[in-house]
Amino acid sequence: MIARIRQALLALLMFLYGARRRRRAARESRRAASANGRGGRIVPAGAPDRRAENVVIALLLIAALFAAGFIFLYAWYSPARSPNQLLGVAIAGSLGFVALALAVFARRLIVTEELEEDYPRESPAEQREIAQLVRDSGSRLTRRRLLLGAAGTTGGALGAAALTPALSLGPLWDTSPLFASPWRSGRRLVDAHDRPMLASEVEPETLYTAFPEGANPEELASPLAVIRLQPSELRLPAGRAGWAPQGILAYSKICTHAGCAVGLYRKPRFPAVEPGPALVCPCHYSTFDPATGATVIFGPAGRPLPQLPLTIDGEGHLRAAGRYSGPVGPGWWGVRSGEVK
Amino acid sequence: MSDPVLDPVRFVDERTAAAPLLKKALRYLFPDHWSFLLGEIALYAFVVLIATGVYLALFFEPSLAKTVYHGPYAPLRGREMSEAYRSVVEISFTYKAGLLIRQTHHWAADVFMASIVLHLMRVFFTGAYRRPRELTYLIGLALLFTSLLEGYLGYSLVDDLLSGIGLAIGYGVLLSVPLVGGPLGVLLFGSTFPGRGVFESRMYIAHVFLIPALLAALIGAHLALVMARHHTQFRRDARHTERRLIGVPMFPGQAPRSLALMFAVAAVLFLLGGLVQINPIWQWGPFEPWFATNGAQPDWYLGWLIGALRLMPSFDVVISHYTVIPNPFWGGVAFPLVVLLVLAAFPWVERRLTGDRRAHNLLDRPRDAPNRTAFGVAFASFIFLVFAFGAADRLYVLFDTSYETLLTIFRIAIWVVPAILFVLTRRLCRELREDDRIEEDREAAITEAAEQEERLLAAGRSPFP
Repeated sequence: MIARIRQALLALLMFLYGARRRRRAARESRRAASANGRGGRIVPAGAPDRRAENVVIALLLIAALFAAGFIFLYAWYSPARSPNQLLGVAIAGSLGFVALALAVFARRLIVTEELEEDYPRESPAEQREIAQLVRDSGSRLTRRRLLLGAAGTTGGALGAAALTPALSLGPLWDTSPLFASPWRSGRRLVDAHDRPMLASEVEPETLYTAFPEGANPEELASPLAVIRLQPSELRLPAGRAGWAPQGILAYSKICTHAGCAVGLYRKPRFPAVEPGPALVCPCHYSTFDPATGATVIFGPAGRPLPQLPLTIDGEGHLRAAGRYSGPVGPGWWGVRSGEVK
Repeated sequence: MSDPVLDPVRFVDERTAAAPLLKKALRYLFPDHWSFLLGEIALYAFVVLIATGVYLALFFEPSLAKTVYHGPYAPLRGREMSEAYRSVVEISFTYKAGLLIRQTHHWAADVFMASIVLHLMRVFFTGAYRRPRELTYLIGLALLFTSLLEGYLGYSLVDDLLSGIGLAIGYGVLLSVPLVGGPLGVLLFGSTFPGRGVFESRMYIAHVFLIPALLAALIGAHLALVMARHHTQFRRDARHTERRLIGVPMFPGQAPRSLALMFAVAAVLFLLGGLVQINPIWQWGPFEPWFATNGAQPDWYLGWLIGALRLMPSFDVVISHYTVIPNPFWGGVAFPLVVLLVLAAFPWVERRLTGDRRAHNLLDRPRDAPNRTAFGVAFASFIFLVFAFGAADRLYVLFDTSYETLLTIFRIAIWVVPAILFVLTRRLCRELREDDRIEEDREAAITEAAEQEERLLAAGRSPFP
């Protein structure tokens, strides 16, 4: 035991002695460097700094350790045990210690010079030479404008030809898909599980989403917002008599502003003091009054939601009784002029 | 005799004759100021984006084909979804380190955009965009707007509910472009939104190849122009002039510093990716056109566009039942275009207004140009308020104020606040400058007094009368 302590003390002494000698050596070499001046060097000499070197070496090795840790964690853990945090700390630790090592290296082991130089200037002689070069080179040309025109024409035509295949991307200058809708007179309304919707199942104060039976639900014109109001509350536009049997209304669920789903239904809990029922789009808060044909009562939308006329068949199922009152979804140049097909 | 340093240099020079160029590049001078690092941070975030993006591209499936999820995340098991969404859920839960890389990629995009915006502000408020660096500035603006599109496409690819809502709005904005919007929408989507799946692969090639290649080219041109005209500098003492540049050479001084910054940026991004959850797409669920929720927020750099769409009053240009310009055009196209035009035209407008056509290598401090600084603060506050209103559905929860009231407040504030800030900032700049002048006068007087004293002492007379 005592022998061990003695050994440790001896080692410590040796270490301190060595450290002092190193420092003295560093001082001496610094003096030598300053005495030398620059002496043919490009970068001035700096004093060695063994402690900083030790720090850099230690930091680099710690970074290596973290990198090894990342590999170990990757191999050892399964994703179910959520190693994401540990993996992140390991790789970030490695990168971070490299950054620290480089920072110490830059600060303590590299000579940081502050140099001066002139900002680059313009070269008027060369500018004139280039201009002259261009002018001289065209000395044999007599009809420059015509030649330039011909080159420009060809450039334009070739460019247009090169871009033409891109038109295969889709129909060119065709807005008819924007007017298309899967809703036809007689088509049944189904829910998300393809079950036909019964009129008797449509409760007031609830928003239902319905789709055309047997059609692609993901088409923009497919989803409907279905709600029930009191028939006496309705003030639908002229020509829509009978579109809402028993007060059941169907509107396109896609906002006419920017195409989000009108997913919110504002149903007043105290109708006496609160504003009336409304369909609300959560993206930019366009708000539509279902009682008046989904006219815009707030927000940026410019058109009402298109309404789909409904009817109730002999089995009590809801069916479309015709087509939308207008084009579905966000507007474009000429949207109001077209009929829904 | 072999020389381990000289030999490789000789090898390269023999084959490229590049030694003079290389020597010049190694001794290229970097003036020193913390704010010059903002652009570098953007560059290193881009490096991380490329590295993590390549990894993600190996596992991502750019297809809207329907599939059913059977992976380890129980709440989604048995759900029908697109291949794209399934593959991102699998990157997050099935592949080791997948979630780390995905989140780091997302964080890197947010940090990339943030550092570009801060860098732009630094360039603006110090007048670094002035002659002879207008081209560098314009390329920088192109980088900002291209990156915005790149980020938007990136999170639109995933086909989760949040990204689908964002894409629907993008489709609405595209359709609103006068004359060409409708046909262009049909052309790009191959049909109406959400299309028949063709748009997914088109976004994919744009996000992983076309736009990154464009960004890399723009970054190359930006840096080449910076190097060609050299970096601007602040006047810290009399040695810094319009003609004389003072800085640390690339090698050996600057290189380890810059590398340290690169590793530090990467470390912070991976730490964020590991520890701070971002865009947990498994909670949003797959996108269907008939779903939308309250409180959905895009990535921060798109907030100003959502805000503009929300602030814009209901206003379609309609000529007797014929729609010419639908509403989303104002907030989604006109507003960012106006912002871009104002920023792009600013160097030339300022030149005309101030009559200062000289080339500048020395930077202004913000107070040195009170009008520019005041305009910049006003313009930035205008955009910030529009941006803040993009989160209005969070603000009304936070402040318990109705959306309608907030809308009215913001519609007034976006005009009034910038006007007030303009006046205040200009005043502040002028007073700071006045302070500087007084301070300079005082120092000059002290120096003069000291010189006088010395002269009197030298002449053997008492300086005290």
